[in-house]
Amino acid sequence: MTDVKLKLPIYMDNHATTPVDPRVLDAMLPYFTQVFGNAASRSHSFGWTAEKAVEAARDQVGALIGASGKEIVWTSGATESDNLAIKGAAEFLKDRGNHIITAQTEHKAVLDTCKRLEKEGFEVTYLPVGKDGRVSAESVRAAMTDKTTVVSIMLANNEIGTVNPVNEIGAVVKEKGAVFHVDAVQGAGKMTVDFHGLGVDYLSLSAHKFGGPTGVGALIVRDGAPLLADRRGGGQERYRRAGTENVAGIAGFGVAAEAAMAGLNVTALRDRLEAELRRIAPDAVVYGGAAVRLGNTTCISMPGVKAETQVMALDLAGICVSAGAACSSGKVGASAVLAAMGVPVDEAATAIRVSLGWNTAADDIERLIAAWRDLYVRVAHSDISHAQAA
Amino acid sequence: MNAFTQIRRNDQPIYLDYQATTPVDPRVLEAMMPYFTYKFGNAHSRSHSYGWEAEEGVEQARAQVAKLIGADEKEIIYTSGATESNNLAIKGVAEFYKDRRNHIVTTVTEHKCVLDTCRHLEQQGFTVTYLPVQKNGLVDLEQLRAAVTDKTVVVSVMAVNNEIGVIQPLAEIGKICRAKGAFFHTDAAQAAGKIPLDVEAMNIDLMSISGHKIYGPKGIGALYVRRRPRVRLVAMINGGGQERGFRSGTLPTPLCVGLGEAAEICMKEMDAEAKRLTKLRDRMLKGLEAKLPEIYVNGDLDQRIPGNLNISFAYVEGESLMMGIKGLSVSSGSACTSASLEPSYVLRALGVDEELAHTSLRIGLGRFTTEQEVDTAVDELVSHVTKLRAMSPLWEMAQEGIDIKSIEWAAH
Repeated sequence: MTDVKLKLPIYMDNHATTPVDPRVLDAMLPYFTQVFGNAASRSHSFGWTAEKAVEAARDQVGALIGASGKEIVWTSGATESDNLAIKGAAEFLKDRGNHIITAQTEHKAVLDTCKRLEKEGFEVTYLPVGKDGRVSAESVRAAMTDKTTVVSIMLANNEIGTVNPVNEIGAVVKEKGAVFHVDAVQGAGKMTVDFHGLGVDYLSLSAHKFGGPTGVGALIVRDGAPLLADRRGGGQERYRRAGTENVAGIAGFGVAAEAAMAGLNVTALRDRLEAELRRIAPDAVVYGGAAVRLGNTTCISMPGVKAETQVMALDLAGICVSAGAACSSGKVGASAVLAAMGVPVDEAATAIRVSLGWNTAADDIERLIAAWRDLYVRVAHSDISHAQAA
Repeated sequence: MNAFTQIRRNDQPIYLDYQATTPVDPRVLEAMMPYFTYKFGNAHSRSHSYGWEAEEGVEQARAQVAKLIGADEKEIIYTSGATESNNLAIKGVAEFYKDRRNHIVTTVTEHKCVLDTCRHLEQQGFTVTYLPVQKNGLVDLEQLRAAVTDKTVVVSVMAVNNEIGVIQPLAEIGKICRAKGAFFHTDAAQAAGKIPLDVEAMNIDLMSISGHKIYGPKGIGALYVRRRPRVRLVAMINGGGQERGFRSGTLPTPLCVGLGEAAEICMKEMDAEAKRLTKLRDRMLKGLEAKLPEIYVNGDLDQRIPGNLNISFAYVEGESLMMGIKGLSVSSGSACTSASLEPSYVLRALGVDEELAHTSLRIGLGRFTTEQEVDTAVDELVSHVTKLRAMSPLWEMAQEGIDIKSIEWAAH
């Protein structure tokens, strides 16, 4: 490990990605240069060692979310997992029906997959959410028809951190005989997830959202759940996903999962941040603030100040936050999540997302509060405030 | 142990399976490290310096990959590896152009992921021609020319075979495809970085590249997609619209950077490394032939990458031989099918008879193979083959001049 002490900006955009936990990186390094075998090589120890690492990680990731190792399918990340689950289930079950239910607040990986399936003749219901940003089990029940085969609802929202009542939704889906996919990318590692207890058939995970590396994820497939593989090839992952396993990445994922068992204890820091910001600006709104939500997330408005202005000012102050999801390819548009919650466009344009991570320190919070206060005093209470907000 | 040193541990056998996977070059790992530790941003984050730094790393690597194959960086799509690249290329064009063309041409010796993709497309109503290969493993260009019709959407022929290392005549195939208006896809997982590739000169429209076959990391690959004339694809992974909509998902920055660095090193060292490996391979083959009669190299020896040998050791059971040579890590064929005891479909396609196919080993040499390792490997192979043959009644009969094929075995 490099031991250089660098002055780095404070990173509080952990929903976009997290820095790799040093323990994770240490676990990965041998698999790059020393024990570098192909896990599918059955004729020598390089292959066996790689396979052992892949299988050990399967148990570690399984333990984090209460699934058995054999229910885990490694993927290149959550986007692939979401695609594989929804398309894989919908295609498999298409003789039974062609209706899919999801929510307007889902991640793009789910929404775009559903849009693609619409082009192929599937019908998709995009459920609205309540003012708190959550999907209700009742709305799922009301939308279900006898043609409904797949329901995909995320565990925790990537922009505001609100947690959906997945167990209640799972019960409805089961009762109606459909299958249930949950994108748990932002929930896993930050809250307790019990795969079997939730009544879920498929669960998407991403390593880099909780201290693991980018380029590796998993789809947890309940034993017996239908799935049509998309990628053909060498028969890896019991024919559910072909391709040479990313051994180092998978080993890192396993260690990250193990480390995440301890949970992410930043709720007190987040609460202090919100309390202070609302003391500075009593009319600041915390979106989803009253709902059950992740302890590391705050989506908060600075009334009258555009999110881009805030993000730039904070960047100059050495603090990295975001104005929304990282995955929208640079388009600075209105947040679909806030829109779905009924937040007016002008107001939504003043919201930033702060997401804390394993390396967030108390002092980082103080610096964010100070920088936010400076900007608020400087801009919101000056003559240019209205021009900025326009 | 310092992660940046590439020294074989004493407890490790000699690695001779470079077609299955390669170790990450320490220089590649070094280039990747900052992106794990302090440049860890999401390359798609546009609101802060972590995101910009990551994006810079990803884009620089894209240019490095493009340069290796004479492409423009805008034509490089990152994927999770060659299997995904092959799936995306073949399914992607087949589905996009299906209203106009519904025929695919490939060969029987392709990697399993190409064959399985084609089989899947057959179930969807496409017609696939699986061309045989000649005894030396190369496609017959006249047969290929005859197979391509005005209904052919894509011709998928691998650049270098993963089991026997033979190099297909890419430029000639490209010319045929271009003349017939079919796209030319080549699986270059085993070729990139080892032989010169030029998508322009070879008329290649789609090319699959793998990171871990060129001393880069696993979990990353690339697909070259030609822009002029434009090749269009239906994406397999939707969401977020990264990689110009061809392939969504957060880019794994350290892996992209590793692929780029690996490509650049391969390009710089290609000539010298090819000479060095050819010398080592010839040394190995001469060493074996000097002491072992009745061994046969499968596949053309001239049209072949320097780092591959595939040898049948007649009268020796391949599995027993592999179990015997504990100091060497080799395989009997593709890693993906290495759990199977079936003889390789590639060797069968060359017309190698089943008995002989069962006695074959794939020996892959690479960047960290030394002359001393080659000599040790020769000694170990010679000693075990000799020992196994001494125990073989078939070998004894063959030495006595009995034609084994003429024996009528009594049923038990």
